[in-house]
Amino acid sequence: MPRTPRTSAKAKDRSSPIQLLTPEGEIVRDNKLPFDPLSADLPALYRDMVMTRRLDTEAIALQRQGELGLWPSLFGQEAAQVGAARALLPNDMVFPTYREHGVAWCRGLDPASLLGLFRGTTLGGWDPADANFNLYTLVIGAQTLHGVGYAMGIVRDLARDLLDTSKGGTGELPAVLVFLGDGALSEGETNEAFIWATTQSLPVVFFCQNNQWAISAPYSVQSTVPVAQRAAGFGLPGVRVDGNDVLACLAATRRALRKARTGGGPTLIEAFTYRRNAHTTADDASRYRESAEEKEWAGKDPIARLHAHLTATGAVEPAFFDEVEAEAKDFAEGLRSRCRALPEPDASLPFEHTYAEMTPELHRQLAHHRAHLASLQETAEHAGDRA
Amino acid sequence: MTTTTLARAINDGLRHALSNDPSVLLLGEDIGRLGGVFRVTDGLRADFGADRVVDTPLGEAGIVGTAVGLAMRGYRPVCEIQFDGFVYPAVNQIITQLAKYRHRSDGRIAMPVVIRIPYGGGIGSIEHHSESPEAYFAHTPGLKVVTCATPDDAFTMIGQAISSDDPVIFLEPKRRYWSKGAVTDAPSLGLHRARTVRDGSDLTLVAYGPLVTPALEVARVAEEEGHSVEVIDLRSLAPLDTATVIASVLRTGRLVVAHEASRTHGIGAEIAARVQEEAFYALEAPVLRVTGYDTPYPPSRLEEEWLPGVERMLAAVDRSLAH
Ligand SMILES: Cc1ncc(C[n+]2csc(CCOP(=O)(O)OP(=O)(O)O)c2C)c(N)n1
Ligand SMILES: [Mg+2]
Repeated sequence: MPRTPRTSAKAKDRSSPIQLLTPEGEIVRDNKLPFDPLSADLPALYRDMVMTRRLDTEAIALQRQGELGLWPSLFGQEAAQVGAARALLPNDMVFPTYREHGVAWCRGLDPASLLGLFRGTTLGGWDPADANFNLYTLVIGAQTLHGVGYAMGIVRDLARDLLDTSKGGTGELPAVLVFLGDGALSEGETNEAFIWATTQSLPVVFFCQNNQWAISAPYSVQSTVPVAQRAAGFGLPGVRVDGNDVLACLAATRRALRKARTGGGPTLIEAFTYRRNAHTTADDASRYRESAEEKEWAGKDPIARLHAHLTATGAVEPAFFDEVEAEAKDFAEGLRSRCRALPEPDASLPFEHTYAEMTPELHRQLAHHRAHLASLQETAEHAGDRA
Repeated sequence: MTTTTLARAINDGLRHALSNDPSVLLLGEDIGRLGGVFRVTDGLRADFGADRVVDTPLGEAGIVGTAVGLAMRGYRPVCEIQFDGFVYPAVNQIITQLAKYRHRSDGRIAMPVVIRIPYGGGIGSIEHHSESPEAYFAHTPGLKVVTCATPDDAFTMIGQAISSDDPVIFLEPKRRYWSKGAVTDAPSLGLHRARTVRDGSDLTLVAYGPLVTPALEVARVAEEEGHSVEVIDLRSLAPLDTATVIASVLRTGRLVVAHEASRTHGIGAEIAARVQEEAFYALEAPVLRVTGYDTPYPPSRLEEEWLPGVERMLAAVDRSLAH
């Protein structure tokens, strides 16, 4: 690893995304985003990305086998997610969309709990407080306002002396990291979130994975202005990084979170990347995009470039890669069986959790439903007797 | 016991909540410095500070969406929507997030959020300032919807709504903001109970919010004509206190339901359905509805006749009694 990396060739081009790790695996410097490579655990980042990809591949397989109804793949976005997530401190709160499986992994969320929503056993699947990772939000843009409101709460907690900033050993204000897609930038709610965050100078960072597609809509359908530039009109800094560069994503998010924690207000980070799979397992990307484009982005793989770097610099023993592979394989096998073992929900679940206490009408309706289920059961048993 | 206006009673209720619970905060357009366009939050910013009585940017989705996030962080936000007709930009957050979070999270995440909405007509205003959107919300599982008709209820119900661990749409009958009444500290009814505001034996008249006052007038006139009308103030539209209504209809055998909101798929339809399910054989006459028409709210020069008032309610009472 060179102690003084050369300046990135891209650093002079203002609109091109900031890069700290080239596709060839070289660490470079960019004055727009100062970064000490020694502050990153490169093998750990590599492992995170491999495990994340394995989680994704396995979930796709589970969908094909009928174990999941649907899966939104993050293939190609591993660096963006791992880079952003590894910038977080334990007390920070994450508001994901529905594609942030890599962030969930880094937060230490039990990966099997991500599957319930897509298997249909739950609409959520985990306690957001466990890993400071909120539930997935499927309504595009809605979570941006939740993150902002949560940050309003943090600020008020501070004023009320409720914050134990020593918790997690950070000594700092928690910040909020909100994830969103390029399509989400067109939603009014996202724009309102930027307005609230800037006018109140809230401790929130918006991390937009511009994977260039919103289902079939290319970015040009959403805007004629690059994502990061759109920040200026709201009065928040916009930073554009190479989303397939885990170091650039890590550095930009760290810097923005630090700024947020110390009262510097929000930042919008654009991680320029590519959704290499279809939108979800139910989508067919060949109907709206060229395979040449997909091939081009296959050549910019985020894991390959860190692999190249680790190999070229000899930062790890060759056995390291085999160990990570073996771990991923074990993990995938475990995930498969844990998916099948996810508990089936009880039919009373929706009735019980619509309100803090069931209303008399819901009690009546649940009783009716139970009677209905019992009669189904009876019919099935009769049919069994006859058979 | 003090006598005060309905608007002032809500102000007192908010003040009470802000004083007693540091996690309560108010969010809305023009609610701080101005005290709200109806002055319901008058003086609260001066006493509790701009952090707790927040003048928000002009965006209803933003108001409710950030309230959801604040609730996740342990706060009890009370949102003010400036007028009924301006709640619609927030409907996405209300229906897809606020109403569903408890369920989505298997009961882990509560949404103790109140959304105050001045609603209803009769104030001679321009478009979007006189609507009655209650049925949209009452049709949404996860939401609770209540409305007050008197200063006394306004004071106690706003406090109960803020204490509720479920999201509450709190509808304020704006044409009654200046009506005066006694506010007591007497232990009040639960938030989701209807109240029989006048006993009667010949017919049950159900109303809520702005129409409770004319409903009582109807009962008074009917009495002069020799008919005993029982008046029920529904108070809670979701959940509905059907038991109180059914018990009354079992005695009177006749039911008229009144609301300003348009007729079809309205609250009246739901009450009629439940009454025929549970009190079919007690009914002496069809259940009748006296409502706004199935049109957009009219220009104000037409509103007096368009709105269901004493005359139309009396006509329905007569029709029912004629059976
Ligand atoms: C309000 C809303 N409208 C439409 C949809 C359907 N939908 C689901 S994902 C999606 C595209 C989102 O694109 P983007 O924000 O770029 O995120 P990505 O899927 O690329 O991660 C759409 C239109 C939705 N979930 N929510
Ligand atoms: Mg996208």
